Amino acid sequence: MTAVLALRARSARPRTLRLGVDALAYAVLIAGALLMVGPFAWMVSTSLKLPADQFGHALIPPHPTIENYLSLWKIIPFDGLLWNSLKVAAISTVGQLLTCSMGAFVFAIVRFPGRQVLFVALLVTLMIPAQMAAIPQFVIFKFLGLYGTQAPLYLPGFLGGAFGCFLLRQYFLTIPIELAEAARMDGASLLTIWWRIYLPLARPALAALAIFAFLSSWNDLFSALIYLPSDLEQTTLPVGLALMQQQYAAQWTVMMAAVLVSIAPILIAFSLAQRHFIEGMALSGLK
Amino acid sequence: MPPHGLRPQGRDRAWLLLLLAPTLLGLLLGALGSVVATAGLSLLHWDLLTPPGWAGLENYADLAGDRGFLKALGNTLAFSALYVPLTVAISLGIALLLNRRVTWVGLFRALYFLPVITSPTAVGLIWSWIFAQDQGLLNGIVTALGLDPVRWLGPRMVLVSVVIVNVWGAVGEGMIVFLAGLQAVPRDYYEAARIDGARPRHQLLYITLPLMVPSLFFQIVLSTIHAFQAFDYIYILTRTGTGGSTLPTVVYSIYRTGFGFFRMGDAAAQSLTLAAMILVLTLGYFRLQKRWGMPA
Repeated sequence: MTAVLALRARSARPRTLRLGVDALAYAVLIAGALLMVGPFAWMVSTSLKLPADQFGHALIPPHPTIENYLSLWKIIPFDGLLWNSLKVAAISTVGQLLTCSMGAFVFAIVRFPGRQVLFVALLVTLMIPAQMAAIPQFVIFKFLGLYGTQAPLYLPGFLGGAFGCFLLRQYFLTIPIELAEAARMDGASLLTIWWRIYLPLARPALAALAIFAFLSSWNDLFSALIYLPSDLEQTTLPVGLALMQQQYAAQWTVMMAAVLVSIAPILIAFSLAQRHFIEGMALSGLK
Repeated sequence: MPPHGLRPQGRDRAWLLLLLAPTLLGLLLGALGSVVATAGLSLLHWDLLTPPGWAGLENYADLAGDRGFLKALGNTLAFSALYVPLTVAISLGIALLLNRRVTWVGLFRALYFLPVITSPTAVGLIWSWIFAQDQGLLNGIVTALGLDPVRWLGPRMVLVSVVIVNVWGAVGEGMIVFLAGLQAVPRDYYEAARIDGARPRHQLLYITLPLMVPSLFFQIVLSTIHAFQAFDYIYILTRTGTGGSTLPTVVYSIYRTGFGFFRMGDAAAQSLTLAAMILVLTLGYFRLQKRWGMPA
């Protein structure tokens, strides 16, 4: 169908020229796509090779083996790392969904003095580099005695956030205010309206924010490096991989197996819900 | 905007405060408060173990004479100068190609997007294997062509290699933003231009690109902010055995000074310098955009 439309739209141009330009466009796109996928293919290939074969540059492993995946669990507490990452990402995602939607709900439907000023202040914080907030945050967590625990990785998720708040507020504004007014006539409190009406109606926006929040937490190296730089029992996957890099420097076959296992959950989720991932990111335009 | 929303009454006032509490706390602790706190910390000497001492502007004065920091500053600027134009140009190029209603748009989009969702730490490890000096893939190709192996992460090439990986990881995101912008251009414009005899080249120059200026501008600002804050790939690709980096950037320097050596005052001064640079550049972009008279 799209192909037919495309043909019709371009039929004004000479056919040979069009074919030439199209062929060139495809060639460039395919070359680019190969560059994008290449490193991942190389990772899979290396992870299936015997250590003795790792320096041969064959894409197809000459003696395929899953030995690297098995030894992974022997040299590093990989289950723990996966579990820690999952736990931290899940808790901070829940925190983001709850607190951002609370703030967004208030900014979208409640009239109160200072709303405008507060909202602008919130948007201004989008410009503040994360590394800057990290320094005073570190001092606070250190004095709360939470240095060396996982709390500093997920607690900030419960403090709302400009990005999530803005995203959800835009969505909440599209929900007719009459719904809230009618509920209020029936005696519903603000809390009820938020929980029973706005949250269920905002599922697509909540899904976009959930994907975004989970990914940022799952992939977050900086915070984990600051708060849990060396404790393999407590820390998350990115730090685990960075520590492995130091210890098993030239054992690329095992390293690549570790990389694959650590990105597999995200890759699987992406292949299942690709559209949501991309639309969520497009909505944000910010990372 | 007409006044929109409910006025809280009675018990709802308490609910309002409760609903707003996390956001207010976040503003205070996480965001706006952090600027004030960082500014305050930058006036101290403090290692978190002994009581803090007053430093005044000493930390800033020290930065100006700190060779390591000046080098980091240079690296951040050089990195950004390469990263921003490359990322913006390549992602715009991909978006323009995909906008030609090619088949399998969805597949291409997904493939270009892969590095955006996968962990930079993990993918950085793949790249460090590809760049490996002895038997890495890239040097395998180079030697097969009869050339000498290159030290991709050595002092001469490290900037280029790190830029390549960062651009590779970022074009997917820019592509999505540009694609959304391109698809918002009304089809009638092209229709009208074609009737007037405009060539595809002219349509690109006189319709598409001018209409893309707002997203282009947005993407340049965003890439600049990303460039100044780049850390993950740089950490994985350039970290040395002693914890330093072969391409230390300002963010890397903040990380080491603050969280490696616990010199909080110095780290705060560095991060305030970084934030000021980002602010000045962003304002500069806005001025430029105004001067060109482009619609924002």
